[in-house]
Amino acid sequence: MSVKIKHYPGEEVETKDFREGKVLFESFRPKAKYAWSAGIAISRFLEELKNGRIIATTCSKCGRIMVPPRIYCEKCFKPTDGWTYVKDTGVINTFSVSFIAADASRLKEPIVVAIINLDGASEGMGIVHRIEEYGDWREIKIGMRVKAVWKPPEERTGAITDIKYFKLVKE
Amino acid sequence: MFGKKRVAIVGAGVTLFRRNLKETGKELSFHAAKMALEQAGMELRDIQSVVMGTAPDAFDGVHMKGEYLADGAGAYHKPYTRVFVGGGTGVFAPLAGWWHVASGKFDTCLVVCEEKMSSCYPHPQYAFTTIFDPILERPIGMNLIWIFALEMNRYMHKHNIKKEDIALVSVKNKRNALDNPIAQLAANITVEDVLNSEIMAWPVQRLDVSPTSDGAAAAVLVSEDIAKEVTDNPVWIDGVGWCIDSTYWTDRDLYYPDYVEYAARMAYKMAGIKNPPKEIDVAEPYDPFDYKELHHMEGLLLCKKGEAPKLTREGVTQRDGDLPTCPSGGLLGCGNPIAAAGMMKVCEIFWQLRGEAGKRQVPGDPRTGVAQAWGDLMQYGSVIVLRR
Amino acid sequence: MSLEKITNLFDARHWIGHMEADYRYTLGIAGERFFKEIKENARIMGAKCPKCGVVFVPPRLYCEKCFMKLEEWVDVGKRGEVYTYTIATIDIDGKKLEKPQIYALIKFEGAHGGLIHKIGETENVYIGMKVEAVFKPPSERKASINDIAYFKPVK
Ligand SMILES: [Zn+2]
Ligand SMILES: [Zn+2]
Repeated sequence: MSVKIKHYPGEEVETKDFREGKVLFESFRPKAKYAWSAGIAISRFLEELKNGRIIATTCSKCGRIMVPPRIYCEKCFKPTDGWTYVKDTGVINTFSVSFIAADASRLKEPIVVAIINLDGASEGMGIVHRIEEYGDWREIKIGMRVKAVWKPPEERTGAITDIKYFKLVKE
Repeated sequence: MFGKKRVAIVGAGVTLFRRNLKETGKELSFHAAKMALEQAGMELRDIQSVVMGTAPDAFDGVHMKGEYLADGAGAYHKPYTRVFVGGGTGVFAPLAGWWHVASGKFDTCLVVCEEKMSSCYPHPQYAFTTIFDPILERPIGMNLIWIFALEMNRYMHKHNIKKEDIALVSVKNKRNALDNPIAQLAANITVEDVLNSEIMAWPVQRLDVSPTSDGAAAAVLVSEDIAKEVTDNPVWIDGVGWCIDSTYWTDRDLYYPDYVEYAARMAYKMAGIKNPPKEIDVAEPYDPFDYKELHHMEGLLLCKKGEAPKLTREGVTQRDGDLPTCPSGGLLGCGNPIAAAGMMKVCEIFWQLRGEAGKRQVPGDPRTGVAQAWGDLMQYGSVIVLRR
Repeated sequence: MSLEKITNLFDARHWIGHMEADYRYTLGIAGERFFKEIKENARIMGAKCPKCGVVFVPPRLYCEKCFMKLEEWVDVGKRGEVYTYTIATIDIDGKKLEKPQIYALIKFEGAHGGLIHKIGETENVYIGMKVEAVFKPPSERKASINDIAYFKPVK
């Protein structure tokens, strides 16, 4: 965008031009299926979710209680050396009220997602999950307390979704 | 201080930024690269090395996109590197070009950035679902816009910032883009338009966000000796910085991008800048969302934490203000072909410092400018300081 | 903590998913003209560099060596030569094909580059074999590389 440049290349086409055949193209859908292994620390974390508990790892050097757990402390760069349970209650660190789905299409009912700082974990440790049973979304505030709502034990599969969502709780 | 050799930018080029361009990614790369060479008065045979910056393969839908784009970037039979740090790529690519030349290994480097996001449809956002942790985050239904909304909310909460103040950035940048011939979404809008636009993921609304785009941008980097041969007005790369934050994005305090601060401090130290707001005449902070310009002004130490909305409200960041930011129109006004958008910011500072920006020219004969991009999972800062 | 040895990923704790992404690739400036020529005129075109004189097939917008814009287009004819080939016996998923299929890189006289395509009407193939494009009938052509059904040996 210089005064010395008189012409900027690029032939614009409209999205409808694709439908109307005004622009030539090839279509393709990649076949890419994956099975992501949970790894060492998260496998144990998921196993504990099945039991209705949230487990963290600890680092004896910096003293942090980390959740989601990891097998190494990324700050001290040493293996973590302990496991401990944290609570299934916590505080909303931040949240969003989404009116769009992953493909950017509109949702009829919004979804509330939040970063939650769990009680018992070190300061700043967050997990991401959904919030439900909130009433009017305009009333949700950062700093509100929440508690996990678990699936019944027989429905749990060892997945993050064994916690159905977090709900707002009174102080 | 500047490496083995001081490095200058001597030419830059950009294509149009649009929602859909007919050209292939290779063809867009060629157009931008060719324009940069012509502006530098150089030919491809003068180029000793090539750096390509381009964001996830999943946009163009071409795996090994670096390899695919190489010929359009002029890399045939040359040392060639593709770099990628997500949205930070557009400013990181010229940083990589810088070390090619500053190391003394090459006298010239052609840096090209490209994105063709329209290949992925109905919306490229979908390709982003696989950036999230497959075990802990994807099952929740993670969506790209959410993470920015979470960050924006935290920023607003921490400093008690109103959406009205954030919307001013969108208004300013889209208006600045009216004077930019490549811009996709230049417009005269009001704060009310932003506040009344549809909610995507609260607090993010439609007009808080830059669009997806196709486009390319490029620059020619040369050593000091070559610069003196080919031009009377080189623009020097006097500062470079880059930094990444924790992979655990849910562990960060999202109200402040400290990784941008670290990258900025690295660049300013190299450039000998002690008082950034005083010494920097023009800035292109990364603005894929309106709140990000404010967030990044703070990370770039152009103002105190939480002070950017006030400066914006007072007009300081307007083109004729004391600290013009995004005079190009930014991503909000020009469009956001990821890597090309960051590179366009570097090109804009280059043209501003050469006094070639025409209607977009910031007054006062600017001598020092900074461009910055932001990427990976809200964790990467890349900063470049340019000087005339 | 020991790393367990697991040979089947499904034995470990995992989450199944896929990348849902649809793509629409524009043929581009040079590609659109190339495929229109195939569709409308059953012609295989190359683009000639004004500087080095090289004719590129498939044609491109630019010469990658000289970085010149290519504006002169030439008909390189339907006939070419097998530069190299492979005989596929399995499909992309590893399933056995009913009949082996010959794929070749076909070069055109005086041109740089070439086309990857099927070889038909023969079970024999050799490097240097002269071949000719067999076009689909005009009504079936869609401006795609498959508007050429295959290449057949030249008698
Ligand atoms: Zn530690
Ligand atoms: Zn040539």
